[in-house]
Amino acid sequence: MHKLLTDKPGHKLLLLGNEAIARGAVEAGAAFATTYPGTPSSEISLNLFQISKETDLYFEYSTNEKVALEVAAAAANAGVRTFCMMKHVGLNVAADPLMTLAYVGVTAGMVILTADDPFMFSSQNEQDNRYYGKLSGLPILEPSSVEEAKEMMAEAFALSERLKEPVIFRTTTRINHSTAPVVLGGIQKPKPKGHFTKDPMNYVTVPAVSRKLHARLLERWDQALALAETSPYNFTEGKGKFGVICNGVSFGYVSDAIKDLNADDRIKVLRIGFSHPLPGKLITDFIRDCDKVLIVEEGEPYLEEGVKAFAQEAGLTLPIKGKAKELFSRLYELDPATVRERIARYFGLDYTPRQPVDLGNVPEVPQRPPNLCAGCSHRATYYAVKKAAEGLDTVYPTDIGCYTLGFLPPLSMGDFLICMGSSVSTACGFAQATDQKVIAFIGDSTFFHSGITGLVNAVFNNHNFTLVILDNGTTAMTGHQPHPGVDMTRQNMEGYGRVSIEDVVRGVGVPHITVIQPFKVKKSIEAVREALEYKGVSVIISREICMLYAKGLKELNPRPFYISDKCKNHRDCIQEIACPAFFLEGERVRIDPTACVGCAVCAQICPENAILPLKKEG
Amino acid sequence: METTRLIIVAVGGQGNLLSSRVLGEAALLAGVPVRMSEIHGMAQRGGVVESAIVFGDAKSTIISDGEADILVGFEPSETLRALNKCNSDTVTVTNLAPAPPFTVAIGRGVYPDIDRIQSLIREKTRRLIALDATALAREAGNVLAVNMVLLGAMTQTGIIPLTADPIRETIQTKTREAFVETNLKAFDLGFQQAECCLVE
Ligand code: SF4
Repeated sequence: MHKLLTDKPGHKLLLLGNEAIARGAVEAGAAFATTYPGTPSSEISLNLFQISKETDLYFEYSTNEKVALEVAAAAANAGVRTFCMMKHVGLNVAADPLMTLAYVGVTAGMVILTADDPFMFSSQNEQDNRYYGKLSGLPILEPSSVEEAKEMMAEAFALSERLKEPVIFRTTTRINHSTAPVVLGGIQKPKPKGHFTKDPMNYVTVPAVSRKLHARLLERWDQALALAETSPYNFTEGKGKFGVICNGVSFGYVSDAIKDLNADDRIKVLRIGFSHPLPGKLITDFIRDCDKVLIVEEGEPYLEEGVKAFAQEAGLTLPIKGKAKELFSRLYELDPATVRERIARYFGLDYTPRQPVDLGNVPEVPQRPPNLCAGCSHRATYYAVKKAAEGLDTVYPTDIGCYTLGFLPPLSMGDFLICMGSSVSTACGFAQATDQKVIAFIGDSTFFHSGITGLVNAVFNNHNFTLVILDNGTTAMTGHQPHPGVDMTRQNMEGYGRVSIEDVVRGVGVPHITVIQPFKVKKSIEAVREALEYKGVSVIISREICMLYAKGLKELNPRPFYISDKCKNHRDCIQEIACPAFFLEGERVRIDPTACVGCAVCAQICPENAILPLKKEG
Repeated sequence: METTRLIIVAVGGQGNLLSSRVLGEAALLAGVPVRMSEIHGMAQRGGVVESAIVFGDAKSTIISDGEADILVGFEPSETLRALNKCNSDTVTVTNLAPAPPFTVAIGRGVYPDIDRIQSLIREKTRRLIALDATALAREAGNVLAVNMVLLGAMTQTGIIPLTADPIRETIQTKTREAFVETNLKAFDLGFQQAECCLVE
């Protein structure tokens, strides 16, 4: 049985934030869950995917976040408790349905989780999705700890049903990827089927209907505000004339700081966990008898703007600060020492910070950036394209996945990236606006996510570029989730269809299509060269399973190579393809036999043919 | 309860996350409050993995620069890289077996001298316990048990508020059955070796 199905209320389990969130959904009887995987949210869906195999929960990996949210919106309006989760930028993709789903509302509880990523540990930006609450009018809940994340998740479904609106559940990486003991609650049985009651005058958002629905949303906003004013998630702690207002993980840092500073008789704290609509009355009452207020929040001054506006309305002129040069930055994440120091300084408390050791004479430690795995097919594809494009003035728009790492030297294959799917559409623009040779890269999962529309655009507007689709049979970077092109029988899963990338590309009308096997280096270079010569849209599908995925499926039989005495130390292997299985022993290049899986790419490029398969012993 | 802050740094694939998991479970078993967080910069793709483990009464799950009571490094250059987490009172435990990053092989960086690493850490922190955890893991029967060796060594320091018993019990119940024996052996070897270092 899956550990998150443990039916022992009161029992304590050590859970990752994302496991606690998944457990919260299970306890709430969520019966329908959709997602597109994205760090830091991925383990929530991974757990629900596993749980769905053992229970009545319906779970799907949808093609992208917009699709996930629309699928979920229907389920929630058919009376089924629904959970839709994604990373913060995923909500941009889903923003279109989000805005009008807020007008339509839901009949059963629906929670939309956005996992924000301050500091961009694994994201292209660090946008603050609390503004989606303001933008859409939907309520937001924000937990401060792993335990609270589980509790709040169950409450979020109840709140959604009360307001008949989806609830936005906002986490940050430090909630998703923290671990703590969590006390289990009881599990509600999910109700997997509902019934949709026709009501077009409330469901079909033509202007006449939407005008009415917007008014209804504002009424629900008022109800949400009343609930936020008395919500147990908006609470105060401590006493004194100094006030701190905070949310999310900042609350933990603030509590620890006040304890460390011995200041709980001087500083009181208002923790905002129900953060949209902001409880204006509660906030005004809190600041009314403060001499000074500090707002501690990561990201944008969301709380700060609200608090200042309430102060203005109440005619309060006390100092209220948050984001400022000498206080908190809008950049990156907060940490306990920074919060402690700023609180001490702002309120004039005694504090001597701990001195980190002096790093003055410490030599620079060589960087250890992540690298494509030894035996990763992307490395082979990049090598083939690089060779085929030698001498051309190229632009390489790239996309989001493991293959993005190809932008690092020595491969240096990746020039432009803004979001999922942007490789294809920006290729259209570069091809039109320059006379450079444009070669774009996109992974298979990303192609399904949002590459297809760009490709349709390219065919229709007859742009001149080559798109390389790196088809490795999985969504590798986020942990090998399936996508519509995946053969699910390989994972012993029945009941799935399968979409062929080649058929899609052909169906879209791409005039020049080539399929290559990237581990056949010479053949691949020739095929790529031919595709690059084509004037118009050409697509190369580079097909080879993700090495790590194959390993997981036990489909990989590694046959390591070694560097024989024939080696003349040109180091082409190490300089050009930079496989992490290579290392230097003195001046000699060696291959780590435990890392090498035998893709044989280096063996094919070595000018001395010095790289040979290790004989199997015995 | 006093707060104890532990940072573990490792290279992807060294099993750092399992060792923090064992510590977390052992703390739960022993009734010691615990919270932790992890950052795995694409761990499976060879990046750096950092875990922060906070024992005692604290709500934070991360550890600021200069605030680690104990730093444990699974790879010597990574231990050095994480020195910003230490203050003059920090105890450091490090594996001495290097795993040079790929950047060194392609000439984009020089791997620091192992003796230099040790003397730098000695000079700047309270105490350094340095051991070849990789060799000890091999001796225990599995080179991948480096994480267990270092668990043993950090337990020996007495800085973390856990004794060997709950950790051994957790290794028994929470690590893969086929590896329990070698894991325990590796833990014990690390525990003993660190004792020698402490006496020195
Ligand atoms: S996980 Fe797969 S796709 Fe990603 S770098 Fe490794 S082999 Fe390549």
